Amino acid sequence: MFDVLAKILKTGCLTEKLPPPDQAVIELGSACRKEIGRIFGNSLAIRMVDAGSCNGCELEMHAVNNGFYDIERFGIHFVASPRHADLLLVTGPVARHMQAALKSTYDATPDPKLVIAMGDCGADGGEFGISYASCGAVANVIPVDAVIRGCPPTPLQLLQGILQLLRGR
Amino acid sequence: MISRAQLGWQCLCPDIESLVCLLHNAGIPTVVQNTLQGGARMVAIDPDFWGQAAAVAAANRVRWCAVWGEHLPPKINIFAALAGRDGHLLLQTTVSDRQAELPSQTPIFPAANRPERYLRDMFGVHFIDHPDQRRWIRHQAWQEGQYPLLKTFPLAGSPQEMTPPDCLYPFIPVEGEGVYEIPVGPVHAGIIEPGHFRFQAMGEDILSLEEHLGYVHKGIEKCAEGRDVRGLARLAGRVSGDSTVAHTWAACQACEAAVGLILPRRALSIRGILAERERIANHLGDIGACCNDVGFAFAQAQCSRLRELWQRQNSAVFGHRLLMDVVVPGGVNRDLNAQQIDVLNKAIEQLRHELQDLLPLLYEYPSLQDRLRTTGILSLKQARSLGVLGFLARASGECWDLRRDAPYAPYDGMVITVPHTLEGDASGRLRIRGDEILVSLDLLEEMLKKLPPGEARVDFPAVSGDCRGIGFIEGWRGEILAYVHLDAAGAVSRYFPRDPSWLNWPALEAMIEGVIVPDFPLCNKSVNGSYSGHDL
Repeated sequence: MFDVLAKILKTGCLTEKLPPPDQAVIELGSACRKEIGRIFGNSLAIRMVDAGSCNGCELEMHAVNNGFYDIERFGIHFVASPRHADLLLVTGPVARHMQAALKSTYDATPDPKLVIAMGDCGADGGEFGISYASCGAVANVIPVDAVIRGCPPTPLQLLQGILQLLRGR
Repeated sequence: MISRAQLGWQCLCPDIESLVCLLHNAGIPTVVQNTLQGGARMVAIDPDFWGQAAAVAAANRVRWCAVWGEHLPPKINIFAALAGRDGHLLLQTTVSDRQAELPSQTPIFPAANRPERYLRDMFGVHFIDHPDQRRWIRHQAWQEGQYPLLKTFPLAGSPQEMTPPDCLYPFIPVEGEGVYEIPVGPVHAGIIEPGHFRFQAMGEDILSLEEHLGYVHKGIEKCAEGRDVRGLARLAGRVSGDSTVAHTWAACQACEAAVGLILPRRALSIRGILAERERIANHLGDIGACCNDVGFAFAQAQCSRLRELWQRQNSAVFGHRLLMDVVVPGGVNRDLNAQQIDVLNKAIEQLRHELQDLLPLLYEYPSLQDRLRTTGILSLKQARSLGVLGFLARASGECWDLRRDAPYAPYDGMVITVPHTLEGDASGRLRIRGDEILVSLDLLEEMLKKLPPGEARVDFPAVSGDCRGIGFIEGWRGEILAYVHLDAAGAVSRYFPRDPSWLNWPALEAMIEGVIVPDFPLCNKSVNGSYSGHDL
């Protein structure tokens, strides 16, 4: 136990000041308004849905919760149920076998809610496109408020993108 | 826990030459096939002998690796891969695409269960005597009687506007007083891929678990068709994002073998460096996540810190935090200069230093080990029977590692230590990961020190005719197999990636009996099967 405490003290605080992004990392849809920040500003609950990603986006989502990026210091946290969520963070081109589950998750999320499509697959199908097995983009299944491109987006891009969404561009 | 490599099981299984003789002695005529290039021999056998050949293999302790199909109208070629002491043997047979029927290998090799059902869902091949006639990968996106990997089925398919949810999969119930069912997924509570788990439980005890996967089936094999090798490499890197280096390497290895391209040793050494860095990143993440699943957040905080530093080094030296698209056909698209080699060497020292404190602490921390020890025991017998791979197998005593047993450059010049244990529980799986990180750090150091001069990449030649190749890579989860068929124009006509998760997922069902429901997340994470790598 003392080993653990000693290691924690030795490691210290890792959290880095968030640099301002060079440019907009998020593509905001027309429905986004300045009031988003006022509504969700200090507390945003995110429900993530993997709708067929390769798991790369999920790895970077885990990273955004680590000590360096510490997304929770902005009042943003991941929740277990869509019923607790303000934002759906969706990855993958939407495999057709996940289409209904994604739709149900969206319907279960109470209003007001936002949807971010994360990653190139979420944006436009990525390497998988539209096929017998893939819907080709999150926006082909549920309304999408914003897109953060990348393969996968870095944790910094993810964090900056979400904050840009909240603060209005 | 690290011990010198012992061959054990493999000592008792025959080499490939002997295996072919054994098939002959059992009355199975084989015809050597020279149409497949790469690290495997291939023999064609008559379809009637398909089951018998498996029986001969099993009786001689040969490991079953994979089965897949290829539609060459009006025939379907079926391939099965077996692993002997010194490499792989492929069995090939042919059935008509109208009445595709073959004896099942599942009664002999349980590992063949889901792959054969996948073959049926995708090609329409009926496996006689298969003990489980339920569909596997097909949910509701295409109809019964439609087979997506037949050439007559278009990439676009004929999907409905809204694919219905797959509510009617016939799970096997457990009958009895007080037994209840817990459905979990496909959307899971955390940041994780989707799949369905159906528990039959009584109180807190799990009586049985059935996995229902296929939710992230994206048609990877179908959308590979028609791509050039560059496009194939990009796609291969996204079969399972956490294994991007290993899958891309396997696909490139298959393409390079198909056209007879020999790579410069420097290129292969850099690929080895990338692969070991990928192995370490995943093991770090998993150790933290397993501890987190039993509430030990300290380990998660430390391991995610170490993983973050590792990924930042990847980005600085190779341009991508997860190393995607660094392996390309013909080599790697990033060479290393002296400064970068120095960065990588310092990273090795730093991580070794950190783990010197951290690993012993985790291995001995009482309240953590109280949750990990004896949880989710996969016995050696189960591991062997299911043909599990990678760290999962080694944590139960099954000691296969391609880097040692069927080495490819740069591992062919190196002594590979393969940590293994008989514990078979979540604690053992954590310990093996930690030990593998230390082994990988040693391998990395050696590869950097001995980095040969020369090119990091050569041009991929124009294809001069229809050709096929196979690649085998020891990814961080275990053995990856990639089969590639290029047509005369150099376009992909078939790509089959066999992620090790195909053989590891069933182990989760085997280990879970008697485990309590709250220990399921730990067991799941300690196996860490890839959903995307499995579903394709």
